[in-house]
Amino acid sequence: MSAISINNLCVWFGVGAERSYAVQDVSFDVADGESFGLVGESGSGKSTILRAIAGLAPTWSGKMSVAGETLGPKRSKSFYSKVQMVFQDPYASLHPRQTVDRVLSEAMNLHGVENIDRRIGRLLDDVGLGPGFRFRYPHQLSGGQRQRVAIARALACDPSILLLDEPTSALDVSVQAEILNLLVDLRREHKLTYVMVSHDLGVVGHLCERIGVMKGGRFEEVLTVDAMRRSEAQSPYTQHLLESSINSIR
Amino acid sequence: MTDAPLLDLENLWVKFRTRSGVFDAVRGISFTLGKERLGIVGESGSGKSMTGRAVLRLIRPPGFIEADRLDVHGEDILSLPEKRMRQLRGGRVSMIMQDPKFSLNPVMTVGQQLVEALRAHEKVSRSEAHKRALEVLDEVAIRDPKRVFDLYPHEVSGGMGQRIMIAMMLLPNPEILIADEPTSALDVSVQLQVLDIIDKLVRDRGMGLMFISHDLNLVAKFCDRIIIMYAGRIVETCKAGELRNAQHPYTLGLLNSVPDLEHPRDHLEVLKRDPAWREAPSVSARV
Repeated sequence: MSAISINNLCVWFGVGAERSYAVQDVSFDVADGESFGLVGESGSGKSTILRAIAGLAPTWSGKMSVAGETLGPKRSKSFYSKVQMVFQDPYASLHPRQTVDRVLSEAMNLHGVENIDRRIGRLLDDVGLGPGFRFRYPHQLSGGQRQRVAIARALACDPSILLLDEPTSALDVSVQAEILNLLVDLRREHKLTYVMVSHDLGVVGHLCERIGVMKGGRFEEVLTVDAMRRSEAQSPYTQHLLESSINSIR
Repeated sequence: MTDAPLLDLENLWVKFRTRSGVFDAVRGISFTLGKERLGIVGESGSGKSMTGRAVLRLIRPPGFIEADRLDVHGEDILSLPEKRMRQLRGGRVSMIMQDPKFSLNPVMTVGQQLVEALRAHEKVSRSEAHKRALEVLDEVAIRDPKRVFDLYPHEVSGGMGQRIMIAMMLLPNPEILIADEPTSALDVSVQLQVLDIIDKLVRDRGMGLMFISHDLNLVAKFCDRIIIMYAGRIVETCKAGELRNAQHPYTLGLLNSVPDLEHPRDHLEVLKRDPAWREAPSVSARV
C-alpha cells in the first residue's frame, strides 16, 4: 500500500484573473517506508506540494490520499497524528518563549499521548539531546540543536510520515551531516516515510531513493537516485542540475 | 603575483567587550592578499565574516580591532581618519553581502542606487553615470539592462539581485573585492552563474578577491588559495589544488561531512571537535 498518493494536484494563489498556479498537474506515489525527494529551484512549487499535503495551502484541486485517508478541504485530528512536518528555519519554527519541555508536551497533549513525562525523556534521547536540554529556551540552543528539537516535536505524536521542508539548508555543512545522520537513523528505527524537499541534490541523494525534479510547477521527471548516479537522467533540465551540483572533491 | 600585496594583515584580533569580559572573535591571524582568489572557510562562529568586516573597519562597538599591521595597498587602515575610510570603502575595497534582499535599498530603483554608488566615489555627470551603470549591468549578464535599471529591488529575483549588487560594487573599480557568502542565498543553478561572473570580472580587472564561505568544496573549485579558520584562528592554509593532501583533522572533517552524489555512504562523517584545535597557534597565511 502506498503511504501517499497524489493525483493531478493543482495549487493556486490569488483570485479571479490574478490566479496563478504554483503547482500544476502533479501526480506521484510514495510507498510505505520509502523516502521521496522533491528537487527544483526556488519558485518551482516543491514546498507548495508539501504545504498542500499538510493542509497549509487551502486552494488546491485534484486527489490526495495519505495513509489510507482521502483528504478533503479540512484535515482530521487523526491525520496530524500520522503526518508531521519539519520546517526549513529552526530559528523561526520554535516558540521563542516556550521551553523545549513545553513545546514537546503541548504537541503530545493535543494528541492525547499518555506518560508525557517519560516520553519527553525518550524523545530527547532519540534525537541525540540529553535530558539537560529539557528546560532550555530556543535562544539557548544552537541551530543544529533547534532543528533536533523541531524533529522531536514532529515525532512527539508518533507519526508514520514526515514532511521535511529543506531541513538542513539553514545549517552549516558539519551540522548538516549530523542532522542527516539523525534522519537516516530515525527512519530506520521508527519505520518512517519521508517526503523531503531540497535544492541540494547531494542531500536528497543521501536520504532518498526516488526523486521528482520540478520546474515551473510541473514534474520534469521522476527517477531513482541510482539512475541519477548512473547519469541516466532523461530531461535536459535534470542533467543541467546534476552538472551544477558541486561534487565533493574527495 | 606582484611584490606588494594588496592587503597585508599581521596578528589581527577582533574583540568584543561583554559583561563577562572580553570575547575574542578573531584571535591573531595573519595573511596577505595579492591579485588572486583567496578563499576563507569555516563554520558559523569561526570568525571568517568578522575578518572580512575588519578589513573595512566595519566592526561596531562594543567590538574593536587590534593588529600589528593592517595595510590596504600600503595604507594603514588602523590609523586612518573616518573620512578617508569612507573613500576606501566601496572605492578601493568593496564588499558583496550575503543576501541581496537585505542589502539593496528597497525604496530606490536599481538604477538610482547604481548611479549613487558611482557618484559617491567619482566626479562624473549624471548622464555619464547613467551610461556606466547600464554598461556594468550588461557586464554582469543582465539581459535587458534598460528595463532592470528602472525596477525596484523587490521586482527582481534573488540571483538577479545578487548580480545587481556585484555590479554596484564593481562600478568604482575597486582593487579588492570581499565576497561574504555571495551565493548561499541562491539556488544551485544560479549559484554557478553568479560565481562565473565574479570569476570573470576578477580575472579581467586584475582584482584581489577574498571569498568567504562555509562550503569547502565550492571554495576548492573556485579559489587559488584557501584559508581554513576554526574558533578565530587559522588552522590550515593551502593551495586549492592541494586540498586533497590537507592534514588537519578539522579540514578532513569538513570535507567528509558533505553528502556526495557519486559516492553514497550509509552514514556521513561527523566532526569530532578536539579542544586542542582551539588552543593551537594560528598558522600564518602570508605569502
